[in-house]
Amino acid sequence: MATPRRAAWGFLAPFFVLFTLFTVYPLARAAVLAVQQTYGPGTERFVGLDNFKALAADPLFWKAVRNTTVYTTTTVLIQLPLSLLFAMMLNRPGLRGRAFYRLVFFSPALVGVVFVGMIFGVIFEKRTGLLNQFLHAVIGWDLDFPWMQNYVMPSLVIATLWQYMGYNMIYFLAALQNVPRELTEASEIDGAGPVRRFVSVTWPSIRPVATFVILLSVIGSFQLFELPWVLLNSAAGPDNRGLTVVMYLYQRGFETGDLGYASAIGWMLGMLLVVCAVVQRRLSRGEESV
Amino acid sequence: MNAGSSKVRGWAALVSTHAVLVPAAVLVGAPFVWLVCAALKRNEDFFTSTFLPGGDGFLGVEWGRVTFEHFGRLLFELGLGRAMLNSIFLSSTTAVLATVISAMGGYALAKFEFRGRKLAQGIVLAAIIIPPPLLIAPGFQWLFQLGLLDSFAGLILPAIAPAFGVYLFRQAALSSVPGALIEAARLDGCGEGRIFFGIALPLMRPMIGAFILLTFLGTWNNFISPQVVMQSPGKFPLAVAIAQLKSTYYQDYGLLMAGTLVSVIPLMMLFLVLQKEFIAGLTSGAVKG
Repeated sequence: MATPRRAAWGFLAPFFVLFTLFTVYPLARAAVLAVQQTYGPGTERFVGLDNFKALAADPLFWKAVRNTTVYTTTTVLIQLPLSLLFAMMLNRPGLRGRAFYRLVFFSPALVGVVFVGMIFGVIFEKRTGLLNQFLHAVIGWDLDFPWMQNYVMPSLVIATLWQYMGYNMIYFLAALQNVPRELTEASEIDGAGPVRRFVSVTWPSIRPVATFVILLSVIGSFQLFELPWVLLNSAAGPDNRGLTVVMYLYQRGFETGDLGYASAIGWMLGMLLVVCAVVQRRLSRGEESV
Repeated sequence: MNAGSSKVRGWAALVSTHAVLVPAAVLVGAPFVWLVCAALKRNEDFFTSTFLPGGDGFLGVEWGRVTFEHFGRLLFELGLGRAMLNSIFLSSTTAVLATVISAMGGYALAKFEFRGRKLAQGIVLAAIIIPPPLLIAPGFQWLFQLGLLDSFAGLILPAIAPAFGVYLFRQAALSSVPGALIEAARLDGCGEGRIFFGIALPLMRPMIGAFILLTFLGTWNNFISPQVVMQSPGKFPLAVAIAQLKSTYYQDYGLLMAGTLVSVIPLMMLFLVLQKEFIAGLTSGAVKG
């Protein structure tokens, strides 16, 4: 019979073997690749920090960074308050049909980004698309409003909102259900209004989850690729308005064939995400000490 | 304030909540309804009606104009059945293997004392923040050298050791597998493998359901990895096949929407079956911390 210690490593072995082979080793290769110029997977040439120097001066790269940042900020700022609002509505005591609403709001999250892109590609059409027809019927919106032609970023935000509002709502709902009801009731008896109750009772108890959801959304949004790729027919759209960091990585690595340059972009993205995580940590810790 | 007026207020609040929720649910549901209709329309009807072609039939629809021709073309002309099988194979294999490997790793981290445990835990936590796009270029080069490009193994092997899964199962094992039970089984002379598969695994069942679905979903919807790794169209999963369809048949809207519909339906059905476990598992990592 194996000793427990040996058994522990036995249980961990499959994970660590595959993890070393397909995560640690490629990660090390990513570091090597970033200082090389390559032509496809076979030939490479050492170029030192030239890739990073070129990136710093690459207007397309900065355009991609700007687009991705704008997308991330807008989706997070619009989506998360909405998700929280809907979670609070679903959490109302005595609400009928909660399971049904939850199912409807959550279901778009099951649809993969590629498929969301397929659906919204037709929904965003001028004149014939569902969105313009709906807005036209309700508020007399311009039927020829050029969503994907001129308003790439708003289109991306709308499609994302549809896809992930309910997904984030699920997290908030789970957190809200953990807020002890006596606490809200007590503050209600004390005469606290809804705003006061939210600030002093609800928000403090759901903050850890909110922090988690924000970080998750930021990390996910920074990796945006498939949605504009499919919506804009395998390209970056007019004037590169739909170019994102990962799309640029893909274009340089697999269309131009320079895996070295693509790796450098990957590292920049990695650093960007680490900065986000650190800032977010700091912010949530700073709040705690106040 | 008397009890009656607060009851009325509560009732009014519920009504106003529904007054927001119902239109919101209609808005969120509309693209689904529209998708189903779009997949069932002939191309000449595609733009003349928003949902289904109008007429004198039931619900004001001319049911005679509803067609299944797009599904037939997808299946018989365009070989989408193959892509569907590829997706099913890739997603289920990845989901089952990733779940078993993660469950074993998480269980070991949660329930064993051994030298190097802290380090192993640290590695798992650190690995969660590695952004997948960083590994695309070097991973592609590595698979090329291993001769695994354009193979299912090249997609499956890198996907079945997820650090996030190990972390989730560590949480699950900590909260739902009692140490005393393991000790008792050991005293009875039970082997470690039997303890894991016979006792620990069944106790972690909710997380297993959630993680299988989560991984299945992620693999099914993954685009960039198969787009990079696979080269022969016969090996494409649905996400890649459908995106390719769009560049070839970009004007054939009915066909595209039918393809999208059949790609989405299997996930919906799987989710309806595993809904409860999935939502519980999804939120357990965040809420329990």
